[in-house]
Amino acid sequence: MSVTMAAALRGSLVTLVKGLGGPRWQQLASRPLSVSAGLCSAEAPPARADATFKVTMVPGDGVGPELMTAVKEVFKAGDVPVEFEEFHLSEVQNMASEDKLEQVLTSMKNNKVAMKGKIHTPMEFKGELASYEMRLRRKLDLFANVVHVNSLQGYSTRHNNLDLVIIREQTEGEYSSLEHESVTGVIECLKIITREKSRRIAKFAFDYATKKGRSKVTAVHKANIMKLGDGLFLQSCAEVAQLYPKIKYENIIIDNCCMQLVQNPYQFDVLVMPNLYGNIIDNLAAGLVGGAGVVPGESYSAEYAVFETGARHPFAQAVGRNIANPTAMLLSAANMLKHLNLEYHSHMVSDAVKRVIKQGKVRTRDLGGYSTTGDFVHAVVENLRHRPVY
Amino acid sequence: MAAHSAVLSASKIINPFWGGRLGNTVKVFGTTLTSHRNKTLLTPPPAKYGGRHTVTLIPGDGIGPELLNHVREVFRFSCVPVDFEVVHVNSALETEDDINNAITAIRRNGVALKGNIETKHTMAPSVKSRNNLLRTSLDLYANVMHCQSLPGVQTRHKNIDIMIIRENTEGEYSSLEHESVSGVVESLKIITRNNSLRIADYAFRLAREKGRRRVTAVHKANIMKLGDGLFLQCCREVASGYPDITFDSMIVDNTTMQLVSKPQQFDVMVMPNLYGNVVSNVCAGLVGGPGLVPGANYGRDYAVFETATRNTGKSIADRNIANPTAMLLAGCMMLDHLKLYDHASSIRNAVLTTMNENRLQTADIGGQGTTSEVVQSVMRIIQSKGQLTADL
Repeated sequence: MSVTMAAALRGSLVTLVKGLGGPRWQQLASRPLSVSAGLCSAEAPPARADATFKVTMVPGDGVGPELMTAVKEVFKAGDVPVEFEEFHLSEVQNMASEDKLEQVLTSMKNNKVAMKGKIHTPMEFKGELASYEMRLRRKLDLFANVVHVNSLQGYSTRHNNLDLVIIREQTEGEYSSLEHESVTGVIECLKIITREKSRRIAKFAFDYATKKGRSKVTAVHKANIMKLGDGLFLQSCAEVAQLYPKIKYENIIIDNCCMQLVQNPYQFDVLVMPNLYGNIIDNLAAGLVGGAGVVPGESYSAEYAVFETGARHPFAQAVGRNIANPTAMLLSAANMLKHLNLEYHSHMVSDAVKRVIKQGKVRTRDLGGYSTTGDFVHAVVENLRHRPVY
Repeated sequence: MAAHSAVLSASKIINPFWGGRLGNTVKVFGTTLTSHRNKTLLTPPPAKYGGRHTVTLIPGDGIGPELLNHVREVFRFSCVPVDFEVVHVNSALETEDDINNAITAIRRNGVALKGNIETKHTMAPSVKSRNNLLRTSLDLYANVMHCQSLPGVQTRHKNIDIMIIRENTEGEYSSLEHESVSGVVESLKIITRNNSLRIADYAFRLAREKGRRRVTAVHKANIMKLGDGLFLQCCREVASGYPDITFDSMIVDNTTMQLVSKPQQFDVMVMPNLYGNVVSNVCAGLVGGPGLVPGANYGRDYAVFETATRNTGKSIADRNIANPTAMLLAGCMMLDHLKLYDHASSIRNAVLTTMNENRLQTADIGGQGTTSEVVQSVMRIIQSKGQLTADL
């Protein structure tokens, strides 16, 4: 009884403190006092004596399962101490249900780290406005999507040596799934921008820039047209920027940003933006360095981290043809190992992939070669054995 | 804000008599004003992403850097999901850029772990104490220190369990002094109703949460009738809302005498700033010295953890003899604050086991061990409990 009461007390105090900017000077000392450890027993057990990490895996649709197989093969060859818990959640293949979603969520909450492919959203309106992927993101509150766009050594594009980070707010904006037909033939689509979430993503962007030693954060918006919506986003970014005097803060309108990205992408360092612009810029930037098969991405919430590709496409045309490029998923897997503090294995996998690309002998179709996915994975496994000793 | 308006009204009264000394005082008031103005900056959401927290680390001077390195080592070894953002503050400089940098970093991350920053007496009086600036800018109004007798440490008194709650932002530490007439210095001790109510409320809530029976207010209201009288009155008002907790008050001279003769009579103590400094150092001495007790500074939005007695320890710096217990336990308090209870208790148990069972103690509590030996022992105990650890 006392445990639940203490938990309720803690919970209510936490919500008080996290209150959306109420009159602060009237809240005398409402910070939750540290409740002694004896009163809170409902924490997940951290002890992993066998030192194998459990990671949730959702292969998704299209080439997702093939890419996940590639990851599993490389991990097996490299003796990586990671165990995958697979869930096949898919809307188009009729393998989706509330129970399945619940299972995936429970697994995620236990393991705290996941790898996923793209869960495709069918174009037809089947009665549910929010796709499964959106709902997964909302329930886990994965508010930040980070895509680190890095040019690959050995594969030259029109812009070489690119090093760009795109941070996208992932839970609101145009993806709020709020649409209605107030009058026949007239649809209203609601784009939601909130101060709290804009501040949160801005803070994430600046914290990321601070941690990785970046010098500039650019907010991308269309506040000349959506004066209140994107205006609020800009205002929140500017407020948060005040706490980071060492990092330069700029903003740019989305149309100009797209043009600048294709002409002179080197002027950008870290970009932060609401949902839809993020979607567009992610894909644009991925195209600059080699396409959707090359760029890894990750999604963060306060507690969870999900690792996936940067540009999310199911690529259904390639299913069964063994032509998909597993680079993005392998690099994302390396990032996941880094997040799990398995630095050695992380470097091993990413170095192997980069070496294969640099050597240029084994390239999948999207990079101009003729190799299959299987060939590429085989080459990566070969290169794993030549890993340098740290 | 109440403090600064009180001070301004005081200045209006005293103004006509100052004449030439006005310049210094205006500068002093100016800095108080700006520190309160900083409150209008927004309070950002917590810096926790993907399960990892970011915490500001201020190494400070003296033994601070080496002890905080040990804390970082232990955290890295136990795979604690905390990343430290290190901010250096150079105490020899006269400009306040360094400390403002540190304060902004703490505003960003919400939580900090710090060593003590030295305040040299030889520098000009306009150079304020960096630690004090940090506390007032972030409005860390409560300093909490829990003194407990440890079974493995030899002391004259046993079974001590006192919680000391000290008002951390006003009182004698307001840094308001002036020389109205040559050779006559006036030092202003500020007591405000708002802050006294706040600290009393904190003390009673903490007492109730920890299941304590008695709160004692320490004061000198027989001499400072208005100042400490206001403090006492505020404590009484708050006490009336907590009928299950006994409230009494004691004058500070009697308190210190009782502390050295019968410290077991005290439970929770609440007091203004300077008495808090004195009483907390006495209590730290009673349980074994400055190397054992961690302290925490809580504000409404921020929390900063350090050793309770805030010693720089310059004479024992870099000699591998400092006691890492206080800093390690401060790190554990920080982990509790971040709700990483399991990591906190495993490190705390390891530290206490090293002290009590293995009897590996540093010179300040009568042992022969060095700092690194104690830290290695802590890490070995953590590893032996089967938790996930990095390489030794």
